[in-house]
Amino acid sequence: MATVVELRTAVALAGRFPALSGVDLSVEAGEVVVVLGPNGSGKTSLLRTCAGLLNVSSGTAVVLGCDLREDRVAVRSRVGLLGHAAPLYDELSARENVRFATRALGYPTDRVDPALERLGLVGRLRRTPVGRLSAGQRRRVALAALVARSPELWLLDEPHAGLDAAARRLLGELVEEAATGGAAVLLSSHEPDLSVPMADRVVSLAGGTITSSSPGGRATKLSVVDLPAPLGAGGSNVA
Amino acid sequence: MWRDALLVAGKDLRIEARSRVGLWQVVPFALLALVLFAFALGPGPVALRAAAPGLFWLAVLFSTVLAIQRSFAIEGGEGTRDGLRLSGLDPAGIFLGKAAAVALQLLVLQLVLFAGVVLLFGARLHTPWLAITASVLATIGLSAAGVAYGALSAGLRVRETLLPLLVLPVLAPVLLAGSRAWAAALATSPAGGGQWLKILGAFAAVYVVVGVVLYGPLQEAA
Repeated sequence: MATVVELRTAVALAGRFPALSGVDLSVEAGEVVVVLGPNGSGKTSLLRTCAGLLNVSSGTAVVLGCDLREDRVAVRSRVGLLGHAAPLYDELSARENVRFATRALGYPTDRVDPALERLGLVGRLRRTPVGRLSAGQRRRVALAALVARSPELWLLDEPHAGLDAAARRLLGELVEEAATGGAAVLLSSHEPDLSVPMADRVVSLAGGTITSSSPGGRATKLSVVDLPAPLGAGGSNVA
Repeated sequence: MWRDALLVAGKDLRIEARSRVGLWQVVPFALLALVLFAFALGPGPVALRAAAPGLFWLAVLFSTVLAIQRSFAIEGGEGTRDGLRLSGLDPAGIFLGKAAAVALQLLVLQLVLFAGVVLLFGARLHTPWLAITASVLATIGLSAAGVAYGALSAGLRVRETLLPLLVLPVLAPVLLAGSRAWAAALATSPAGGGQWLKILGAFAAVYVVVGVVLYGPLQEAA
């Protein structure tokens, strides 16, 4: 599998201040990695670094084959970042917002309606200016834009925030579909019970560095499916 | 770059058409400024007619600052600012698109202001081609320089107060050349109008090139 994210003792700066202090992390294509950590641990900075939005001052940082220390702009159109604030224009409808995001990449606009439908944005919701939508509905529109753009690396910053139970299930399906389709997913969360089952790997972040790494629920599920059960064993094939 | 410019201009104009900030805030502000200038000068028709070109361009200049602030307020949120950087759009295309959207709004504003100048100051246009050419060139210069400086101040907390301070001195040559060109267009003989057009053209060309080249780094710095 191709390595999508390769960080080695990477130090990233937010302005003049260090946001990441020596992070080691690799994410493969088709892999879902969940980042857990308290407030201020550097989760958002890690995702913004991988999106090419923060300056990497030392160490190695290669995302989708682009060296972020040489050129962090080149990678941006190939990643999809869902941050705390949705990148939406309040006066435009859900359809117009997703259409703008899709056309900006030069993709055909026939991706727009299926993406909106996938997120349950149909009928009036599609035409309403997003400024009049609820926080959860706005989050759905932002996710629809990601689906339409189909990035090679999904960067989801606390994506469960503001979503109802149905939308959370849908998010789980989207992450699974993206990973199965060969994209890498890096997801930060405060909610381990929701995010860990989605993950191949769970890493903990504190003080801008990775402190631990363990397998997630998806890895367990895959190993159960992929590995032949040994005869006579009780069925515990967890890696 | 041109495709991106069209996309961004279309987006900005659609947002403007929906929010109607230009219609309900910028246009009334410009007309109000024109009326207040007229009050300050007194009722003498000769003085008003003589001052008309300068007052017209002062009103346009102040309205340009509002239009630029509005153009960057659209991208003011953290989400939309990052979204634009991650969009895959060419920064030069973003610059040209935003400048084109501002320019179109300023041209419409000038039509309204011209009607105001005719009604309030009794101005009569004798050389329309000169006034129209001056307006088009000045508008390109104002919007290009305004968007470039708007990008420079976009990420700052004090951008609302800093932008006029940065941009008004830079736009002073447009005020001067635009006023002189319009004075020539309003006079019975357009003598000397051509040389002011050259200044407006040079200003516009310089700031379009500066914006196309520097918008990317300015966007990153913001």
